[in-house]
Amino acid sequence: MKTMTYNYKRVYVWEFAVRFFHWLTVLSLIVLIVTGFIIANPPSLNLNVEAAKSYWFGYVRLIHFTFAYILIANLLFRIYWAFAGNQFANWRNFIPYTKKHWQNIFYVLKVDIFLQKDKEHKVENISIGHNALAAFSYLIMTLFFLLQVATGLALKADTSDWWFPKMFHWVIPLFGGDIATRYVHHILTWLFMAFVVIHVYLVLYHDYIEARGEASAMISGFKFVRAERIKQNIRSFVNKVKKQMKDGNIKGNIENDPE
Amino acid sequence: MKNELQNEETFYESIIRKGYSRRSFLKFATYMAAFMGLENSMVGQLVKTMETKKRIPVIWEHFQECTGCSESFIKSDHPLVADVILDTISLDYTDTLMAAAGHQSEAAKQASMKANYGKYILIVEGAIPTKNDGVYCTIAGRTALEIIKESAEGAAAIITFGSCSSWGGVQAAYPNPTGSVPVDAIIKDKPIIKVPGCPPISEVMTGVVLYYAMFGRIPDLDDEGRPKQFYGKRVHDSCYRRPYFDAGLYAESFDSEEAKKGYCLYKLGCRGPVTYNACGTVGWNGGLGFPIKSGHPCIGCSENKFWDNGPFYKRLENIPGMGIEATADEIGKIVLGAAAGGAAVHAIAANIFKKKEIDENREMGKINEQNLNE
Repeated sequence: MKTMTYNYKRVYVWEFAVRFFHWLTVLSLIVLIVTGFIIANPPSLNLNVEAAKSYWFGYVRLIHFTFAYILIANLLFRIYWAFAGNQFANWRNFIPYTKKHWQNIFYVLKVDIFLQKDKEHKVENISIGHNALAAFSYLIMTLFFLLQVATGLALKADTSDWWFPKMFHWVIPLFGGDIATRYVHHILTWLFMAFVVIHVYLVLYHDYIEARGEASAMISGFKFVRAERIKQNIRSFVNKVKKQMKDGNIKGNIENDPE
Repeated sequence: MKNELQNEETFYESIIRKGYSRRSFLKFATYMAAFMGLENSMVGQLVKTMETKKRIPVIWEHFQECTGCSESFIKSDHPLVADVILDTISLDYTDTLMAAAGHQSEAAKQASMKANYGKYILIVEGAIPTKNDGVYCTIAGRTALEIIKESAEGAAAIITFGSCSSWGGVQAAYPNPTGSVPVDAIIKDKPIIKVPGCPPISEVMTGVVLYYAMFGRIPDLDDEGRPKQFYGKRVHDSCYRRPYFDAGLYAESFDSEEAKKGYCLYKLGCRGPVTYNACGTVGWNGGLGFPIKSGHPCIGCSENKFWDNGPFYKRLENIPGMGIEATADEIGKIVLGAAAGGAAVHAIAANIFKKKEIDENREMGKINEQNLNE
């Protein structure tokens, strides 16, 4: 074993839609957090300008609201994709409703979070898409995202003419007024920032320890998976190719039949 | 006897008897229509109602309060407004303002409640303590808790004047030693119109009472039970300093040049953006001004738990129910720091505990590097 690395195969894990969602979320999050903090505590700029000639804070709010709507649309699209996408994008990954999910959660907790020795070295324990713990954390974050969206739209509702933000007006009495609603909105921002730190660190950790393209997967879409995990059914592959040749789709011939 | 006679009078008759001209009466009707947020075309209807409708009996209870709401109420700038309100409703009981005292006043209340059962308006000023059977507020030897239940029973509607009876107010602020609660925590089966504020604007108070007296029904309420025509907009959205907000021009301290110029008070803790009230439109002291116009940030006195959401001169920082220094941002920084610190510690630990795995990967990779073709 010491003479070579394992054989790896490239597997298309993150489809374009998933990667697009991911990076658009990154962009919206950065813009929303920066503008959000400016709105919470704006710097005093242009103190010598007439009020009529300046509108920069108005624009900051406009950018905040615009990216909030982008984030919402993006989130709705991802929910759709949880039903339309491939097996790694599917909603089943995110809800730990089977024994397998929980086994993987405990495995990840033991081996990756508490850094215990993985004595058995079962290759199936290494997740190809999300590991069950990460996927579950994304579900929780999605719920917090929805709460952030609901509080934000509720605060917006009174100054909006659109039915969509107005739909969330009930959130204000739920929290007992604008003050409390704003607190929730403000505190959740810090939660998202903490999540980003942990998320990015764990991606880098997996990339570093496992060395199979964890980080770059969100750019290219590919992850490297041990060859023995992919079906090596050569007979059926050969038959498929032979049929294609017979139909005239592929030209050439197979000289050395593997069997 | 005299009381009964006056009850038979209409608003109009009462006003004319007081010596006002019809012209003044019509002016007043127009004025009140505007206050109530009604359309111009409704003035005629309002006049007709005032000419034909009988005076409505009102019982005004005072519990844990400072009487500031009464002060505000009787200082309606338009003398006619105060007059008409105090004269044309039949204010049968208000222990602060009525001439009778002691047993006489209590007897007057009981008589009115009996005679007008199911018809009178109950106005409540002040919160109601519930701890230790409500002994912290007693009137005529009975607890506020007992009194509110009794007087609410025959009320057609309840109007809660001020933040205390609407939200709990200062008594209910942390740590709420007397267990004070607003009226709607005790009375569940009556329509309650909340008119919060510390105190509410006098024209808003009279407007709400008059609306009920005129139309015999409660005004449109928002989700939290406040009349929409007065509490439908944030102070921020009707603030004359709003252009400074949008332009990003803020006063950083009260003694600054910017404060003198009348810049936005957002950074001095103004609660305008989270406060629903009519200050920016109706104004105080006859529309003369309101806190922000006088250079002071809004403290959000008509919002729930505004005492607990301090400090007033800072932008909504402290987390309610936590220590004085526990601002949301400080806790956020600690959480963020903990996440980053945890990641750093984990990274070091991973290098130690996963050394074998890392070394193995690296070793195998090195061998492959040595065996490259060319």
